[in-house]
Amino acid sequence: MSDSLTIHHTREPFPDTSVPDPHQDIFSKTTLGFWMYLMTDCLVFATLFVTYAVLRHNTFGGPDSRTLLELPTAFIETLILLTSSLTSGLGLLAAKRSHRTALLGWFALTFVLGASFVAIEMHEFTQFVHAGHSWTRSAFLSSFFTLVGTHGAHVTSGLIWMCIMMGQVFFHGITVANFRRLVLFNMFWHFLDVVWIFIFTYVYLIGVL
Amino acid sequence: MKMAQKPLGFMLISTAIIFLLFLVMQPLEVLHYRESLAVLFPKGLIGIEQRNLLLIIQALMLIVIIPVYILTFIFSWRYSAHHTDATYDPDLVDNKLAEFVWWGVPLVMTLIIGTLTWVKTYELDPYKPIASDKKPLTIQVVALQWKWLFIYPEEQVASLNFLQFPENTPLHFVITSDAPMNSFWIPDLGGQIYAMPQMKTELNLIANTTGDFRGSSANLSGEGFAGMHFIARSSSEEAYQKWIASAQAGYTLDAPTYTELAKPSQDNPVTLYHLGESSLFDQIIMKYMHPVKL
Amino acid sequence: MLGRLTFEAFLHEPSQNFAVLMMTLSGLAILGWITYLRKWKYLWDEWFTSVDPKRIGIMYIVVALLMFMKGFADALMMRLQQAFASGDVSGILSAGHFQEVFSAHGTTMIFFVGMGVVFGLMNLIVPLQIGARDVAFPFLNTVGFWLFAGAANLTVISLAIGHFSTAGWLAYAPLSGLEYNPGEGVDYWIWMVQIAGVGSTLSGINFLVTILKMRCPGMTFMKMPIFVWSALCSMVLVVFAFPILTATLVMLTMDRYLGMHFFTAGGGGNPMLYINLIWAWGHPEVYILILPAFGIFSEVVPTFSEKRLFGYTSMVWALILIAFLSFIVWLHHFFTMGASPLVNAFFAVMTMLIAIPTGVKIFNWLFTKFRGRVHFTSPMLWFFAFVLNFSVGGMTGILLSSPPVDFQVHNSLFLIAHFHGMVIGGLLFGFFAGFTYWFPKFTGFFLDEQLNRYAFWCWLTGFLLAFMPLYMLGFMGATRRLDHYEAATGWQPLFVIVAIGAVLILIGALIQFFGLFWSIRNRKKLWAGSDPWNGRTLEWAIPSPPPIYNFAIVPTVDQLDPLWAMKRGQLNLFNQPYEDIHLPKNTPIGLMIGFLSMTFGFAMTWHIYWLALLSFLAIIACIVIRCSGKDEHAIIPAAEVKKMEAAYKS
Repeated sequence: MSDSLTIHHTREPFPDTSVPDPHQDIFSKTTLGFWMYLMTDCLVFATLFVTYAVLRHNTFGGPDSRTLLELPTAFIETLILLTSSLTSGLGLLAAKRSHRTALLGWFALTFVLGASFVAIEMHEFTQFVHAGHSWTRSAFLSSFFTLVGTHGAHVTSGLIWMCIMMGQVFFHGITVANFRRLVLFNMFWHFLDVVWIFIFTYVYLIGVL
Repeated sequence: MKMAQKPLGFMLISTAIIFLLFLVMQPLEVLHYRESLAVLFPKGLIGIEQRNLLLIIQALMLIVIIPVYILTFIFSWRYSAHHTDATYDPDLVDNKLAEFVWWGVPLVMTLIIGTLTWVKTYELDPYKPIASDKKPLTIQVVALQWKWLFIYPEEQVASLNFLQFPENTPLHFVITSDAPMNSFWIPDLGGQIYAMPQMKTELNLIANTTGDFRGSSANLSGEGFAGMHFIARSSSEEAYQKWIASAQAGYTLDAPTYTELAKPSQDNPVTLYHLGESSLFDQIIMKYMHPVKL
Repeated sequence: MLGRLTFEAFLHEPSQNFAVLMMTLSGLAILGWITYLRKWKYLWDEWFTSVDPKRIGIMYIVVALLMFMKGFADALMMRLQQAFASGDVSGILSAGHFQEVFSAHGTTMIFFVGMGVVFGLMNLIVPLQIGARDVAFPFLNTVGFWLFAGAANLTVISLAIGHFSTAGWLAYAPLSGLEYNPGEGVDYWIWMVQIAGVGSTLSGINFLVTILKMRCPGMTFMKMPIFVWSALCSMVLVVFAFPILTATLVMLTMDRYLGMHFFTAGGGGNPMLYINLIWAWGHPEVYILILPAFGIFSEVVPTFSEKRLFGYTSMVWALILIAFLSFIVWLHHFFTMGASPLVNAFFAVMTMLIAIPTGVKIFNWLFTKFRGRVHFTSPMLWFFAFVLNFSVGGMTGILLSSPPVDFQVHNSLFLIAHFHGMVIGGLLFGFFAGFTYWFPKFTGFFLDEQLNRYAFWCWLTGFLLAFMPLYMLGFMGATRRLDHYEAATGWQPLFVIVAIGAVLILIGALIQFFGLFWSIRNRKKLWAGSDPWNGRTLEWAIPSPPPIYNFAIVPTVDQLDPLWAMKRGQLNLFNQPYEDIHLPKNTPIGLMIGFLSMTFGFAMTWHIYWLALLSFLAIIACIVIRCSGKDEHAIIPAAEVKKMEAAYKS
């Protein structure tokens, strides 16, 4: 059986994503599948949000959100993350126009912004822990660290993904597969943005005001 | 097409016999075990109400189930491939009346059973006190690993793995746990409710007669879980007072004794105490809410 | 170096040592037999690295059946223990061991047998019934399977090394927390469920996209076979429910590994939250298991009644309604936790509503037989037993859904009898029917029908004997999970009867097992051809076993039951010319990810953190390697396809 099969490496020209491929339709299947994955991720966050909502007043004698959280930090993080969504979107536009250098540039900027976000968040966490308000202190702190930390872990994964992808683009150019992955990455990155909006609103704004 | 060769009748009759056997077995079992069928023959008002609801719902559902069983047997017999005289209509896929009936009738049944359940859920809310001219007796219940501690706050006594109360007196149980989640259940008197650390649940029961009733924990709480059974004794008022008196002369249950008692142990014998620490129950709950341990 | 793993982990009580010995010997026997037959290369090339859903489906079912043996052995041990452990007799198992056994029993049966047969059948049947050549994401498919297999392996390992969880199949907090269960047991449970859960989620996404995007031309939603509808609804439930499980297990993990306070008794934790979340997943889970069984019956009953399914539209809406309602009933699993009457009553009514579409399905199946020509093959026997048993289970379900009644039967053996009626009477009997029905399609020969029947009678009587008395025991106040009870309760005679029932089931299972080998041995006599049952759906239009590409020509349909339409001359299914067929290449990376996830779970359980980190990084590396690889696939030229088809036809 295997004798009659030949190996075929796909090096098709750049796809016109406005017209569906009647045979394979890989692009539309993959984006749909990735949407579904994002929805499952959304449910994971929803569960963590629900938990935070239930546990946020269980401070067990420790600090609550009003005393602990600082709005300026969260505000800066929000600006950084929103801007990084903008830059990643501009990067995707560059990819559509096959401008490889512009693409790499925009994503480098996105990486820097994302990394700054993570750095600021790590700093915030470290401060809390050094002051004795670690995740073992109370249910409120456990759910805070887990909810915000899970988001941060997703952002970190995104940063790693970005590096690998940029390496791919650098060495192989903007191929069919690379473009598809860039689209998926952007979906992921925007999704993390949306989750952050909810965190900023419910954990920080409502928590402090 | 490879199809069945054995006579259909054999199969249908065998299945019918097996099911009828099991059906007939049920009332026979019930009769044979009526002394121990606590849920079906309870000794307390709440349990009786719950049992009656069970029987009503069961009866209502049989209105739907019995036709299903009859149809199953009839259709299997009549439309078997061996019976060539029956009408064969391979494209008969729709019948609006039939659909209306089997969406509609179960819907009506659900509304009836649902309404009944709704009303009874409020009536038989475990937190709802039992109407009676007698003053309710409050018993605080603490689930431990792996025994039950019963505290009588007004009488200032406590008892391990045994409780006693006068018949026809409303019992107001206030329940917590100093252990994983348990469930406080005396099936002869009525339904159960969970016993949870840092939580306070309530259960209102009453015993219509005297007797010894078996109680147990109905939620897995660790290695000694199976040993968490106890006797709940409903007695006359005089016998109850005598028991209280003997408890008041028993060991002292103060904070250190309690701390020792709360450590994991199994097969604890029945022990009576007088209460050395009057707010023990509240303190047990509080220690989960506050960083400072008991 | 080895975390908290010490030599003690390998020492067990005599009964456990015996189990480990049996398991090791049988494992070695199988490995030795494969080596003797020199089949390792074949297995590696054709099965372990395969991305063909037909192969993956069979592997799912093989693993599920192996795990069934383990889960059933657990059940027999429990029944034996309870038959003896009255009064002074303490039985063969210690309390701790007994608790491990019932925890393993539930976990194995739900996650590895139940989900295994569901995903096995999805893989085998869904692509064929929608006229597709593959699933949407073949690589994800193999990853999903190997994650499942890796988690199953962890179960087996947990028997030999250390102890399994004693906290039940759902590991309620705070019992499953650090304070009450610091050992490796609950951690084993967390990782095997978590890994299997991730596999399920990935497969759920896969089949959803497959059904949405890869139906053959002309197959609109209302022209899909009902099994595909049931798969669609089940996968929607998977995608919505499993993330809740993932997040909840992460939080329990945080509690146990980082000292957090989500579900602890103190520190502000809330164990009731765990129960809510776990059942918010748990209830949809049982519908994930049962909907495909309903789908199977919707295929089996019309075929063996020589008639179309009655009320197709009604059946579709019933499935959708059941799927939707399954998300708003979860509280009925803990009416006794002290919620207000309003909350309890609301969930009670929601639960009762589910009975309506379920009943509709049963009536539609019955009326499919009405004015049909019914053949009582063993799949129809299983259907018959399903109707009788599932109805009883459903009735007791309505009883349980009424809070005041539930207060008296919750967590008693009445509950056990109810849900085993649903899972055995529904899912298992459905699977047996589907297995027998579709076996000829994937092997080319029948299962021996007479042996099937003997097995059926053993299962039916065994099941009734093993579970009907449990209703009585529940009414007597017998709770679940008891390793011992006082002689004064008078429960022992019923426990003995129940144990006899379990042995009868064992005989039935052994007959089935023997029947499988017997059929393989006599396969030439039992040859079936491509369409042994006069089927109506697309899978019967291709050879048995199917070619690797399924359909040489992608079919075009314009109505339900397309194969019947073609046989009646109303439709030409294969009206396109031959074309080149692209097939994904085999890959070992799925297996590697599964293996590495198993080592990750093991390492995390025993706190061997360097190994955990290494495994995790290796998994990332696997994914990166796979995604950096070139899009390789094999092509069968059109002329070659034509030749292969001609060979099949002769």
